[in-house]
Amino acid sequence: MPSEAVLTRKALVTRERLMNGALVCLLILVPLWAHLNDEPYYLGLATQVVILALAGVGLNLALGTGGMISFGHAAFFGLGGYVAGVAAYHAFDGTPFLSLGIEIPGTNSLPVIWLLSIAVAGVVALVIGCMSLRTTGVYFIMITLAFAQMIYYLAVSLPTYGGEDGLPIYLRNELPFFDSSDPLVFFGLSLTFLLCALLLVHRLTGSRFGAALQVARMNETRLATVGIPPFPIRLTGFVVSGMITGLAGALYADLNGFVGPSMLAWQRSGEIMIFVILGGVGRLFGPVVGAAVFVLLETWLGEQTHHWQFFLGLILLAVVLFARGGVMGLIAGRARHV
Amino acid sequence: MSLTLILEQVLNGLQLGVMLFLMAAGLTLVFGVMGLINLAHGSLFMIGAFLCASVAGWSGSFWLGLLAGFVGAAFAGAIIEVVVIRRLYDRDHLDQVLATFALILIFSEGTRYLFGPRPLYLDLPESLNGSLSIFGWFEYPVYRLGIIVVGIAMAVGLYLLISKTRIGMQIRAGEADREMISALGVDIRFLYTLVFALGAAIAGLAGALVGALQSVQVGMGEPVLILAFVVIVIGGIGSIKGALIGAILVGLVDTLGRVFLPKLFSLVLDPSTATTVGASLSSVAIYLLMAAILLWRPKGLFALHA
Repeated sequence: MPSEAVLTRKALVTRERLMNGALVCLLILVPLWAHLNDEPYYLGLATQVVILALAGVGLNLALGTGGMISFGHAAFFGLGGYVAGVAAYHAFDGTPFLSLGIEIPGTNSLPVIWLLSIAVAGVVALVIGCMSLRTTGVYFIMITLAFAQMIYYLAVSLPTYGGEDGLPIYLRNELPFFDSSDPLVFFGLSLTFLLCALLLVHRLTGSRFGAALQVARMNETRLATVGIPPFPIRLTGFVVSGMITGLAGALYADLNGFVGPSMLAWQRSGEIMIFVILGGVGRLFGPVVGAAVFVLLETWLGEQTHHWQFFLGLILLAVVLFARGGVMGLIAGRARHV
Repeated sequence: MSLTLILEQVLNGLQLGVMLFLMAAGLTLVFGVMGLINLAHGSLFMIGAFLCASVAGWSGSFWLGLLAGFVGAAFAGAIIEVVVIRRLYDRDHLDQVLATFALILIFSEGTRYLFGPRPLYLDLPESLNGSLSIFGWFEYPVYRLGIIVVGIAMAVGLYLLISKTRIGMQIRAGEADREMISALGVDIRFLYTLVFALGAAIAGLAGALVGALQSVQVGMGEPVLILAFVVIVIGGIGSIKGALIGAILVGLVDTLGRVFLPKLFSLVLDPSTATTVGASLSSVAIYLLMAAILLWRPKGLFALHA
């Protein structure tokens, strides 16, 4: 009965679309409610969810669409954060960032910082990707982890930028026309970026490039046979993925007014990966659900017990062992392409 | 810069190298036989250290502590394998990474709950506390020499176990073709538990040995784990020989880099810049080594299925 199968598939697709729409509504309504009821705590929490979701959307492009299991996305997240921190440090200090012949000053202009963080994350993703995409499988996991650890130790070894203690950002970086220090405005900015990134990933996945990237995950030989070399396709996917996560890092640093090596640590890579898997690998809105569930779980468990990580570990383990496909998989059925 | 300093640092590098080998051996064995990537290997290292420190503190005997670290980690490994890891063999690497990441959270927080947030310290017995004169040139701590000896002994023991015994034959057969070996009547489930417990025991021993050199605390395992990953990537996954050579290479490059790179840069740069640049470069030296080897041989030096 093929028609029946088509019907259920259609129903599931619609259910996922409905869920995505509901998520966008929630993302807009909950912070608005928090703002109107004067609950700045929940607005901050929502901003955190949105920014972490953005980092997850970045990883999801590499991991879900491209099948590249990167355990080193904290590198891009942290680098984005350090761009914001270092630029603000030099702007605050009045010292030049570089003085090789011409002086490059620091800046506290947000658009410049955002562009810069995307660019830096992209260049580093290009270098790391060039080397690690020569390998596959477990090698790739270990190598991305190792390179992220390298950047972590590099940050720790730089005393100018705080070393192990990190770098405070004393004043929130500035934006023309908007007051970025207003929590609601900053939330709106972050949400806009998240929605733009989701749109970008959606369009990319639907494009010829996206089709090639997915075939690179499923069957490399077939892709090569039709005349598309897999390596540049994967590398492009990896770089775009790193850029999105880098932007999330810059936003996160400004949200917290602080950047430190903890943003680069391997635990952070694991967390970003958890957002993606908790929500559902390869689902457009998977990282959004994942980040929301993770942050809420972390907050709620943290209120119950000091040893919340123990229970978080148990829940994660249960999700991996018994609830494959994550939250999106539970609600909207298994992903179409898995 | 004297010859003595160089020799002393070479020994330090060797000591770090054999420690990394003890971690990498279990990881590479588990991956080679079961195809599993185990992030929780660092937790077994930590369990070994905590067991050693607490048993040694309670009984007053360092040797008993060492034994407890070795045996206890083996038991912990066997239990983890039966309860969790066994369900992950036919899953993809992503599930394995996430599940073992969850295990890290559980073990780290569980240890913090049991032992409190303060680190433990392990005192060495008198007999290991002195130093030994090497060819009359310089003094070197007996304990560090002991670690090098234990590491080499473990490497030889593992080699003999895998290439000369019946169990070793089954392990090698399991690497090559797991359906065939279970069809021939070998209890593959038991074999897997055994291999995992063996890897855990070696990691536990490494943790117990290191416990006397540094403070025993939660989270001590993961930096070593990531270094062990670098070792395995360099040596080739699944190869014990690769793990040994990779570990010694990483140990030497890291130790010698930290001591000599700043000195080297001070020849061409002013002292403060040289210290900064040298420190930064030496902290990333092993990763640059890894990158260079990857460019040359993407599957590592001694890849099993090259």
